[in-house]
Amino acid sequence: MSANTYPTTVPDSAAAPDPHSSEPSRRDFFVIATGAAAVVAVAGLAWPFIDQMNPDASALALASIDVDISAMEAGQSITVMWRGKPVFIRYRTPEEVEAAKNTPLSDLKDPIARNDNLDSNAPATDENRAAPGREEFLVMVGICTHLGCVPMGEAGDYNGWFCPCHGSVYDTAGRIRHGPAPENMLIPTTAFSDDNTITIG
Amino acid sequence: MQGTSEYQPRTGIERWIDSRMPLPRLMYDSFIAYPIPRNLNYSYAFGAILSLVLVVQILTGVVLAMHYAANSAIAFNSVEQIMRDVNYGWLLRYMHANGSSMFFIAVYIHMFRGLYYGSYKAPREIQWILGVILFLLMMATAFMGYVLPWGQMSFWGATVITNLFSAIPLVGEGITHWLWGGFAVGNPTLNRFFSLHYLLPFMIVGVVILHVWAFHVTGQTNPTGVEPKSRSDVVPFTPHATMKDAVAMVAFALFFAWFLFYLPNYLGHPDNYTLANPLVTPPHIVPEWYFLPFYAILRAIPSKLGGVIAMFASIIVLFFLPWLDRSKVQSAAYRPLYRIFFWIFVVNVICLGYFGAKPPEGWYVLATQLLTAYYFVHFLIIFPLLGYIEKPRPRPTSITEAVLSKHKSGGGGTPAEAAASPERRG
Ligand code: FES
Repeated sequence: MSANTYPTTVPDSAAAPDPHSSEPSRRDFFVIATGAAAVVAVAGLAWPFIDQMNPDASALALASIDVDISAMEAGQSITVMWRGKPVFIRYRTPEEVEAAKNTPLSDLKDPIARNDNLDSNAPATDENRAAPGREEFLVMVGICTHLGCVPMGEAGDYNGWFCPCHGSVYDTAGRIRHGPAPENMLIPTTAFSDDNTITIG
Repeated sequence: MQGTSEYQPRTGIERWIDSRMPLPRLMYDSFIAYPIPRNLNYSYAFGAILSLVLVVQILTGVVLAMHYAANSAIAFNSVEQIMRDVNYGWLLRYMHANGSSMFFIAVYIHMFRGLYYGSYKAPREIQWILGVILFLLMMATAFMGYVLPWGQMSFWGATVITNLFSAIPLVGEGITHWLWGGFAVGNPTLNRFFSLHYLLPFMIVGVVILHVWAFHVTGQTNPTGVEPKSRSDVVPFTPHATMKDAVAMVAFALFFAWFLFYLPNYLGHPDNYTLANPLVTPPHIVPEWYFLPFYAILRAIPSKLGGVIAMFASIIVLFFLPWLDRSKVQSAAYRPLYRIFFWIFVVNVICLGYFGAKPPEGWYVLATQLLTAYYFVHFLIIFPLLGYIEKPRPRPTSITEAVLSKHKSGGGGTPAEAAASPERRG
């Protein structure tokens, strides 16, 4: 405050600030209050400019999809689109299920099921990964948990999935076994509406 | 270096303008009378070349935007329409696409020039930092531009790079959704990338002005690393730098034209002539060549967060060079050890780029890891250490002395050899 440097129009009687006093004056109060209001106003105005980039209402509208799997046979996979992402539906062969079941949890890089149907800390056993009640089916978001590429099926050291981007290897239950990916591929909310129809989402 | 102005308005109009808005005076003092060291070589021409490429990119970009449609349903076809139907569209698009590669070739030479001649040292730290900011802005612009044609490489490049942010604990996923405007890369992503791709070049222009301003305050470095001391050490910008820059720009334009007319797709990827498909990742995805060294560093670390940190750190470390380098000697010409390590580093970066383009298998992985380690060792250990253990060669007392003794010794000698002759003192 340089009240003593510049001529001021504030009358002396109206609590003119005494430059030597440490008591906050009325003017200090107004300066701080105005400054604080300006900061709040700018932050409030900035928010719409930031928030407009978030997913809009149409993207948020949670769509679920029904997939007919009556034509699928063991060893076949299909890929469907759900919320802009690929979802793998794999009808696993008995050998694949066996291989996944026989894997001890201690061999897994990520021991958590990553299944939206279960608890967030359910262990990554094959039962917790497979579709509810139908262990031959594996339904998961086909996005590598490293940087988002779509892995190739029936490939890699475990004959599960192999991500071509940076070499992540998944087993036949879609669990990360080695490579840079940190997590097992995600199992979305899944339900069988009847024997031949899977509802995703 | 900012002497008093030598501008003399000659006509009445010039005087009239000069007393109101002295832009002609600023131009005269900056690009005509401005004193530059008399011993600058052609490696100093890349600043001018970069300005030229920036202008080419903005001009071609503005006209391409008149024909391009930033909508994921038609973007790919609108680019093909530019190539086939728009008058000279093929030329403008190839200029723009290859122009980005030319931009990076020039900027890498410009940066290595700076590293060799110690251009980042006091009192030019701010100028160096502005340069690193320009480099980051260029990378962001190039990345977003590459997404616009909406081919397979565009889509998957965008996916992988934006997913880098998902490595951040807690807020990572929110940030990626915010960047995409959805739950995967899609039309909202393309729209905003187009908007920002158009904006960033103008921010680059702004920072370039600051960058040029900074060296007009501190003066340019020169191959001897000895600051100009007298009038005989400097020459006026025009005609000396103007002409030299013009020759270099013409030579660079020929190089550019060679790619443009004979190898227009050599630096691109055939996969990008396939429409983006969110269900299939191409078997081998690689970024554009100019990102390969950084991509190699990303892949070298076998952990998601670790890889992302290493990659960003490899660029952030550049901000600290002025303080990591403990040597008082500016130019590598008088630093026998640094000169060797400089070239090792150049080879290191080129090798990183080479392995960045290879699939992450077998021994490539180990090689990339060793090269990545060396990248950081160079800056974090060798750089500070050299300042203490290196015995610099004697430096000339002035630029004039270095130049004259070079010619006395029959030419062909480097300033270093000239300076090492016995009658000189350090
Ligand atoms: S995206 Fe799959 S390994 Fe990187």
